Amino acid sequence: MKAMSETLKLRWPRWADRNTEASRAGAAPAPGEGDDPGIEPTIYRFIIRHSYKRQLVILALTLGSFPFLYYSLSLPKTIINRAIGGHKFPQQFAFWQLDQIPYLLTLCGLFLVLVFINGAFKFYINLYKGQLGERMLRRLRYELYHRVLRFPVGQFKRVSAAEVIPMITAEVETLGGFIGDAFVQPVFQGGTLLTIIIFMFAQDPVLGAAAVALYPVQGYVIPKLQRRINLLAKQRVRTVRQVADRVGESAAGIIEIRANDGVRLQLAGFAHLLGTIYSIRFDIYNRKFFVKFLNNFIGQLTPFFFYMIGGYLVIRGNLSFGALVAVLAAYKDLASPWKELLDFYQLMQDSHIKYEQVIEQFRPPGLIERTRQLNPPETVPPLTGAIVASNVSFAEDERARVVDAVSFSLAANEHVAIVGPSNSGRYELALLLARLIEPTGGRITIGGADLAGLHDAVVGRRIGYASATPHFFAGSMQDNLYFSLRNRPVVPARYEPLRARTVSKILAEARQAGNIDLDLGADWTDYAAAGVADAAGLAARTVELLRRLDLAEDVYAFGLRGRLDPRQRPEVAERLLEARRALAQRLAADGITHLVEPFAADRYNSNASLAENLLFGTPVGPAFDFDQLASNTYVLRVLDKAGLTEDLVAMGGEVAKTMIELFADLPPEHEFFEQYSFIGAGDLHEFQAILTRAQKSGRDKLKADDRTRLLSLPFKLIAARHRLGLLDAALEARILAARRIFAADLPAAMRSQIEFFDAARYNAAATVQDNVLFGKVAYGEAAAPARIPLAISSVLDALGLRDAITAIGLDFAVGSGGSRLSAAQRQKAALARILLKRPDIVILNEATAALDGQMQAKVMAGIKEECVGRGLIWSLHRASLARHFDRVIVMAEGRIVEQGTFAELDRPGTALNKLLASE
Amino acid sequence: MSLKEEVDLLRRIPLFANIEASKLKLLAFTSERVAFEGGQVLFRQGDMGDAAYIIIEGEAEVLVDGPAGPVTVAVLGRDAFVGEIAILCDVPRTATVRARQRLVCLRIAKELFLRLINEFPQMAVAVMRELALRLEASNQKLRAAVAEIEALRRPAQRA
Repeated sequence: MKAMSETLKLRWPRWADRNTEASRAGAAPAPGEGDDPGIEPTIYRFIIRHSYKRQLVILALTLGSFPFLYYSLSLPKTIINRAIGGHKFPQQFAFWQLDQIPYLLTLCGLFLVLVFINGAFKFYINLYKGQLGERMLRRLRYELYHRVLRFPVGQFKRVSAAEVIPMITAEVETLGGFIGDAFVQPVFQGGTLLTIIIFMFAQDPVLGAAAVALYPVQGYVIPKLQRRINLLAKQRVRTVRQVADRVGESAAGIIEIRANDGVRLQLAGFAHLLGTIYSIRFDIYNRKFFVKFLNNFIGQLTPFFFYMIGGYLVIRGNLSFGALVAVLAAYKDLASPWKELLDFYQLMQDSHIKYEQVIEQFRPPGLIERTRQLNPPETVPPLTGAIVASNVSFAEDERARVVDAVSFSLAANEHVAIVGPSNSGRYELALLLARLIEPTGGRITIGGADLAGLHDAVVGRRIGYASATPHFFAGSMQDNLYFSLRNRPVVPARYEPLRARTVSKILAEARQAGNIDLDLGADWTDYAAAGVADAAGLAARTVELLRRLDLAEDVYAFGLRGRLDPRQRPEVAERLLEARRALAQRLAADGITHLVEPFAADRYNSNASLAENLLFGTPVGPAFDFDQLASNTYVLRVLDKAGLTEDLVAMGGEVAKTMIELFADLPPEHEFFEQYSFIGAGDLHEFQAILTRAQKSGRDKLKADDRTRLLSLPFKLIAARHRLGLLDAALEARILAARRIFAADLPAAMRSQIEFFDAARYNAAATVQDNVLFGKVAYGEAAAPARIPLAISSVLDALGLRDAITAIGLDFAVGSGGSRLSAAQRQKAALARILLKRPDIVILNEATAALDGQMQAKVMAGIKEECVGRGLIWSLHRASLARHFDRVIVMAEGRIVEQGTFAELDRPGTALNKLLASE
Repeated sequence: MSLKEEVDLLRRIPLFANIEASKLKLLAFTSERVAFEGGQVLFRQGDMGDAAYIIIEGEAEVLVDGPAGPVTVAVLGRDAFVGEIAILCDVPRTATVRARQRLVCLRIAKELFLRLINEFPQMAVAVMRELALRLEASNQKLRAAVAEIEALRRPAQRA
């Protein structure tokens, strides 16, 4: 036993010794530098700090299950020896005297009860362990993610996101399973082992000693081997991270790789990494299985001592034969717990390393204090008073100072331009003033308060910062603009009682894992901060701001292409219907009715596809998707009823024939297929085969599948555009008949899957523009592309709908990273985002660099108007723009070389003058 | 008007006359039919050309900028082929073309035409032959003109 405990001790003291330290840290976390109170350096400290009570419960449950387990093991013996094989009846059972059969039945019943109890224990313990593991894993991931949010902003220059992501997702995944077993497994298996060893010692001390004789050897050798495995495991983790990094890099640099024929170099680099991983893993396997082999070997070696020493003792009469057999049997039982312990030991080592290696990546220097981000003050006071920088310096990674002992004092509502060459430190100075980086020397105060000591809530709500390359989150334009107003839940959500219970349960569970417990379902938008009363007010304010920033036109265009839910804004839908009527009048007045073919229930629209003509509506969801119509059973039924099926299949045959004739000679990758053909290059020969079959045995003999394929072609046909001459008046009339059948027979269940064209109703599935147009722009009319949008927008303006449509445009999905917006749109939207929250100080870093001169002037004027009475500090990419500011600070090589008004500085010989001259 | 009629239309244009029917059909299918209002401009003098037009119905006038403003130099009707140089090489438009009344054309985009030529060498040969014939015709005219000038100049020298 002593040897055993030594085996484990070799590794365990790490956490055992720090145990007391951990509890101390837990009681009073030391804030500030040095040891971070938030995260424990080893997994066992992490487990003890956050789950020691639950670990004790697991231990207690496990120990509590032992008597039942033991009894259920010994009961079969009683049943066989006494109930089945017994002779003395009646037997005493508790208070009763029982005959053989009732006795047997009673014991068997008891056995059944025990089976149930054991199963229940096992089930409950496993559940409890699983829950604990998941909660701890959740806590760990949450902590790691929060650390990412606390990283100093320069941290992602040093580590790539691609490396960090797998740490939070995959690398810690297995820890959950380990945490549940962290204490109970060694105690349980160790206890079993100990019991057996004690039993052996009781049988015979010498044999007992023989059984454990090799444990010291194992205790010495195995950890040694394991240490080497641990090193390899660390190396493996690092290499796998490089793989993640490499994939991330390749994704980011795909243009450069392709443009420079760099694929082979990338592949070779990747193959090399994989090779490294392979050899590390192979080495690990070798050593891991060698440990197992050694263990097995030693396990087999021990009986050798038993036979030798035990045999000797039996022959000499010092030991009974029965005792030797019992010891040998007990030794067999020793194998299982020993193996379990060894597995556990390896898992523990593995988890230990994983945890340590993840944690070390999340403790960068300069991590922002947790207290600065959580528990914000009740009220956030405005930042008033002079902005004073005294001897502010900033250096990165021990390089030369980028900002070097800068001092100035600005009035609270001054508009200040910072100009200078791009490496003059003005960029960093703006970051310093927005406290996105912290000075390495000197300090910045606002109204006498040290900027460094302010809570994030104060800085984030009272200071607005925008750079030239702002980030946008995947989501709507509105979500991105309102982002600056969503600091906390402002209005709690009102839930149904049932839902309320679920939500409070979800939040309670979040607390159990140390997660933040704020309800995502609440309204987080702080209308008061934007100076408005409600959502409608905020939308109006946003539109106004967008107009000032020259973005309203763009968002209006998004709105035209966007969709409106008429249930949410019935009044807007009503007015759009008015616009629809007004547009028709307007087109008539201008004499350009022929440019639009309106939808009419009793007329075939030759500028719409055959599918649209049949459905006479916009599909909602996939059921009536135009590409799938030919296999929609309801559509087929309608076509049959209208007697159209055969005609359309025949028409499909004609279309296929024409397509084959036109496109068969083109190489399959030719772009014409995509642009013009009804049939993809890959399918062309299949249609050829279908046509051949149809010719040979008749169209009606075709397989259902072939007919479906032919039928799918004419649906795409737009008479005015494709000019194939396949539709005549008679056929059109029959399609109109089918249109009526389609609407009349439509089952109630399908009603929600289509929005019919109805001159008197708003079509929620169509875009705003299509709703106003209510028809199709005619093909081949050279005047249409210019005149129709003009007519639409003048009608909408006349009805005062412009703002409402701009508000609809706020729903525009900006795409991942704002990729669906242009660079100029992103810069303007970022400005709108920070101005919405009405900050006291606006700090801009070349925030309009992507705009052309005319836009620039307009946007700058808009910003300055918005910033009347507020501080505005703008690091400018062009010195000439400084003309419009109260004060100009000129920087060079990290220092302020000049400051004053533009007029004062704009004279021969000044640094500003040189900057102006070089533009 | 269907595809078939458009193919017939193309066939009447000498530049396309020798191209086989299926290719003409492809050209017609991928080309656009465009209608212009009276007074609308098809293209302007000096612009880079991107398409040629075949008039299907209506009339268009050809205008050339003069010192006193644009001067109408020709009126084109049905089957006229306008701006064909633009789809063969990169030159600015030499005149402005404007619809006189509602005008329907088949618009042959330069990019599309060149892609078809690329794809089907026999089409290129047909076009080349037509161009060579034109060149030969021009050469003959030129030779005749030069001879005439020479004839006129000689007596003058003697005098």
